[in-house]
Amino acid sequence: MNLPRLLHRSLLLAGAGALLAAGGGALQAKKKDEANPAVSFNKDPYPSTYKPYPGWPTALVGATVFDGAGGRIEGGVVLIAEGKVKAVGGADLTIPEGYQRVDATGKFVTPGIIDIHSHLGDYASPAVDAHSDGNEMTDPVTPNVWAEHSVWPQDPGFSRALANGGVTSLQILPGSGNLFGGRSVTLKNVYARTVQGMKFPGAPYGLKMACGENPKRVYGGKGRLPSTRMGNMAVNRATWIKAQEYRRKRDAGKLETRDLAMETLVGVLEGEILVNNHCYRADEMAQVLDMAKEFGYKVSTFHHAVEAYKIGDLLKANGTCAAVWADWWGFKMEAWDAIPENAGILYKAGACVVIHSDDANGIQRLNQEAAKAQGDARRAGIAIADAEVIRWLTLNPATAMGIDKLTGSLTPGKMGDVVLWNGNPLSVYSRPQMVWIDGALLYDAANPKRRPVSDFELGNPGMGDTK
Amino acid sequence: MSAQSHPPSPWGKGWGWGFGIGVVPPPQPLSNGEGLPSRAISLALAALLGILATSAQAQDIAITNATVVIGDGSAPIAGGTVVVRGGKVVAAGAGVPIPAGIPVVEAGGKWVTPGLVVAVTDLGLLDVEAVDESNDIEGDKGPFSAAQDAATGINPAAEPIAVSRAGGVTRAAVAPLSTNAIFGGQGAIIDLGHDADAVNRARAFQYVQLDEAGARRAGGSRVSAHAILRNALIEARDLARRFGPTVTAGDPRLANAMPERPGDALLTRFDAAALIPVVNGTQPLYVRAERAADIRLVLALKEEFSALKLVLVGAGEGWLAAREIAAAGVPVLATPLGDLPDRFEILAATQSNVGRMAAAGVKVGLGAFGDQPRYAPQYAGNLVGLTKVPGATGLDWGKAFAAISSIPAEILGMGDRFGSLKVGRAGDLVLWDGDPLEVTSGVVAVWIDGAAQPLDNHQTRLRDRYRTPTEGELPKAYEW
Repeated sequence: MNLPRLLHRSLLLAGAGALLAAGGGALQAKKKDEANPAVSFNKDPYPSTYKPYPGWPTALVGATVFDGAGGRIEGGVVLIAEGKVKAVGGADLTIPEGYQRVDATGKFVTPGIIDIHSHLGDYASPAVDAHSDGNEMTDPVTPNVWAEHSVWPQDPGFSRALANGGVTSLQILPGSGNLFGGRSVTLKNVYARTVQGMKFPGAPYGLKMACGENPKRVYGGKGRLPSTRMGNMAVNRATWIKAQEYRRKRDAGKLETRDLAMETLVGVLEGEILVNNHCYRADEMAQVLDMAKEFGYKVSTFHHAVEAYKIGDLLKANGTCAAVWADWWGFKMEAWDAIPENAGILYKAGACVVIHSDDANGIQRLNQEAAKAQGDARRAGIAIADAEVIRWLTLNPATAMGIDKLTGSLTPGKMGDVVLWNGNPLSVYSRPQMVWIDGALLYDAANPKRRPVSDFELGNPGMGDTK
Repeated sequence: MSAQSHPPSPWGKGWGWGFGIGVVPPPQPLSNGEGLPSRAISLALAALLGILATSAQAQDIAITNATVVIGDGSAPIAGGTVVVRGGKVVAAGAGVPIPAGIPVVEAGGKWVTPGLVVAVTDLGLLDVEAVDESNDIEGDKGPFSAAQDAATGINPAAEPIAVSRAGGVTRAAVAPLSTNAIFGGQGAIIDLGHDADAVNRARAFQYVQLDEAGARRAGGSRVSAHAILRNALIEARDLARRFGPTVTAGDPRLANAMPERPGDALLTRFDAAALIPVVNGTQPLYVRAERAADIRLVLALKEEFSALKLVLVGAGEGWLAAREIAAAGVPVLATPLGDLPDRFEILAATQSNVGRMAAAGVKVGLGAFGDQPRYAPQYAGNLVGLTKVPGATGLDWGKAFAAISSIPAEILGMGDRFGSLKVGRAGDLVLWDGDPLEVTSGVVAVWIDGAAQPLDNHQTRLRDRYRTPTEGELPKAYEW
């Protein structure tokens, strides 16, 4: 895959970027910008407080290892220590002293599963109105809202995604009611008292956008723009024009007040914030790709993308991933042309495939979704190796989310996000047996006390049950 | 990439019927079971396909060297044979002799199962769920509730039927309708055959919601829903009495008599008449209930209305009341795999729900899963997977398959017609390229009542058009 590296998020101060753009070094301009809150502000005001939990050196011995990057090792050894993947190799890999051995003979090891499209926390269980926090449907343009301010860290769904799905990282997106839905947040799938305690350290922000039926239905129903697909595009373009103007004013030192919406959009224009665009139809994806060129930004991933198979070549050329279900179909007009071979045909075209859930149940079976797509591809004459299919759930979403330097594959030095499966994860009969996040054992099927129970479930019937 | 180097696809243009034999390499030889030379075999294949391509008539057929799944809960039989004559199964199992002269499909170890039976679906009632004009479920602005008859909305040509058929689903129970009340109308039992005649049994059951959603329809509370249900059943009983014994045999809604009714009757005459078979026990009452307490209230209805034939639908907390359900002899069409406390009525939801109810002796089929019927095998396969998870309860393979074939058929009252490959059942067969509960497996061929079925549909044609996405000498619109 040729996904361009987009992300340079080390700069905390936007002013530093502006300085570089202006040539840098101009002391007077620097002083002026530092005094200007519209230019010089903290870009990470709700910082991650996540800290890895303690682990112990662990050697998984004898498993079939899918490394997430397309590699497969039979009878492999995976070493986890100090929160990191230490080494991955064959049976001949030396296991240093002090490692606790786990006999994984006949079992399978993968990197932690990553869901690029989840609403856990912003549409939490129970799905009562009081928990409906994913769509700020009072305006079609809300890049000013941040999903992390909606996420309820006690959503019981996180535990199901961990125990049944082996999910270790996930991107929580705003919904698709708006054209610009707001910022996403990427989490480690580790319960915490606060959202900050779950935030994936070093993950870039995303921006949720949406094409098609949803925005035009929501706002058409309110008798306002947009009520059509052309209205969608008109509002999108007008918004990007404003963002460009805002950026020019900022660079010219003419901003006086901050604008949260514009800050997000400028973040996109400057490549710091990744665009996650809900879009079903091929023709609309093509329009969005042109719009991105018109305004100078990049679409990282089209989500749902049920017609991506029609334009695999275009997606490949633009370096844009398609995050898809295996075989959701027909539930709305723009899903009428969904086919189960979507992922397979995309793969064959050389485009970046990601399997996503958008669903608190589906996130528990992303491995099965991938396997279904693999089987349907095979029947269509497209043979895809298991190790490549696992990449759709691991390294590809990590890359699309800008966290591939940190996780997504069993590469020494990356986070110790690892799943031991009790069988081939591409089988309906297999489940996670143990899950490590940053080297800490946070799920063990054999130990009920390594099974998280959210605050909400305390005292409820079935508390601590196998789910 | 490895995907570039595989052999050309066996799907060519004109493979419109999508009949899968020969699709999955190696090509499937067809023999008549008596050692005919290869030319005769290929003629037989051509003849067979010719029949398939021109009609949906029942044909006699034997499938041999298959892994045969009877569907009654028993384990798969390797190297088995299934024989269908006159549209019905005449033999299935190991060591079954092949009648002389019958066309034979050599399955090469592939799997043969009964067609899948999926209960409580919207199949046939809609084309696209979110396109209101194509959706015949939502009748809640109409004047009737219990009297609505799902069979009058069934479109055998609806695309979801074709897609589900290609996924191995051959029979379905269609309900509920969205009405103006707690009643979901009278459900239909259909087959998914490629013909004009889909409805096997109209008005097969009545559907009522005694869950959270039913409470909303009842005016806001479960208390109201229970009062409405009792009043409705009593009005039905009263109307039956006024009609006299002669009208209850057919469709009581259409009775000519128009007896006087009390002025405070709440139900329309049509709705009350539709409930007469329910209160008489000649039409089952499917009750949606999730919370353990709600399930117990449903079971207790028999104390007041002793003739009721109850079926529980959903039963998300059924495991908490499993012994009571088993003791009452009430079968369950359970929503599989729900494990989120998504509503307060399913706080105890767990994927082990089905397994625990079955272990307690409840007759449990899968149903009402709310998404595509073709997912039934995946749900059943997950229940098998649970058997390897410490502390979880699942189903063994045979019982899991029965939960999507014979058990729902029995609950629908059709166990003697279809749902298994026992002798005398309908020739509803599915040939799979592997273990049918495994997510990587797929359907190769389907027969319904012995008639080979086309498996192509909107999706397969899109697949074939876009296998190579770029345009050729003409626009894609010319490739069909």
